[in-house]
Amino acid sequence: MEPWEEDGPEVVKRFMYVNRRAPYGTIYALECLEVVLIAAAFDQDVSVVFVDDGVCQLKKDQDTTAIGMKNFSNTYRALDDYDVEKIYVEKESLEARGLTEEDLIIPVEVLAADQLGDIMAQQDVVISS
Amino acid sequence: MAYELNGKTFEADEEGYLVDISAWNEDLAVLIAEDENIEMSDDAWEVVNFLREYYEEYQIAPAVRVLTKAIKKKLGADKGNSKYLYELFPYGPAKQACKIAGLPKPTGCI
Amino acid sequence: MSTMLHLINKSPFDRNALDTCLRLAKTGSSVLLLEDGVYAAMSGGSYAKAVSDRMGELTFYVLGPDVSARGLDDKPLIDGIDVVDYGGFVDLVVEHETAQSWL
Repeated sequence: MEPWEEDGPEVVKRFMYVNRRAPYGTIYALECLEVVLIAAAFDQDVSVVFVDDGVCQLKKDQDTTAIGMKNFSNTYRALDDYDVEKIYVEKESLEARGLTEEDLIIPVEVLAADQLGDIMAQQDVVISS
Repeated sequence: MAYELNGKTFEADEEGYLVDISAWNEDLAVLIAEDENIEMSDDAWEVVNFLREYYEEYQIAPAVRVLTKAIKKKLGADKGNSKYLYELFPYGPAKQACKIAGLPKPTGCI
Repeated sequence: MSTMLHLINKSPFDRNALDTCLRLAKTGSSVLLLEDGVYAAMSGGSYAKAVSDRMGELTFYVLGPDVSARGLDDKPLIDGIDVVDYGGFVDLVVEHETAQSWL
């Protein structure tokens, strides 16, 4: 096999990554994003969920110049290049924070808690951070 | 490890990726490429520059599959295919071109 | 009685530091919301009432650089909250006799 040829994955599982933390205050958001991108490179069925303070990760117009940290919010726009297309945001979490779908940096599917719960129940692996 | 250029030292990690992205310049890119046994042709520069632009926009060094797809989108299928990119960078287009571009190791490369 | 500066750097949705602080802080003291604590300063958020309820008794500040970092410059703050920068943060620490970080 040549180096540019690829085998498909032997097993495809449904992986769901659940983001529950705000960006910058802790390292969880950035670490989870990196894990998602790595998992996506293995051709698995990946979905990403933003719930609780996790919805704040997707707020557009972040400007980290004054706090001296890397603004990784633009990296969420690369999820599409990584073929991560299932991106769910919990409606209740947005509302509690005074946010709407228009406040977010990428297109997402906004779901109510019971719908999101149904999708979560179908997963093989759920990883929360 | 580190690179030495014109009496200046540029710190790199054990695999040769620059520690300080902002320290990068084109002469340094040529030096890193020499270490990798790669001659910086116009085609090689095109990929390196593409990676730097990608990093600027998304704050990430893309995995090889993503790089290939993104180049195909921008430069066409002649260049956006694995064979072409592996000919330019035989030890892995994302890994080698990122190193030459002064970027971190691509996310999604183990 | 000494004047105290309360520092809240945790999101109110994630940790209960703000709840406890609002319960225990004495009239005349100040609260600075910073880092993930800035989410408590949004008038559209569900903590707006808890903060507004003590607005006359406590003086509230929010750290501007942390608001900008989180992309919240376009979101209205609760009425009466003052925005400070890092210099203002230092001034607040100096002006108050004690500073307490709610971890």
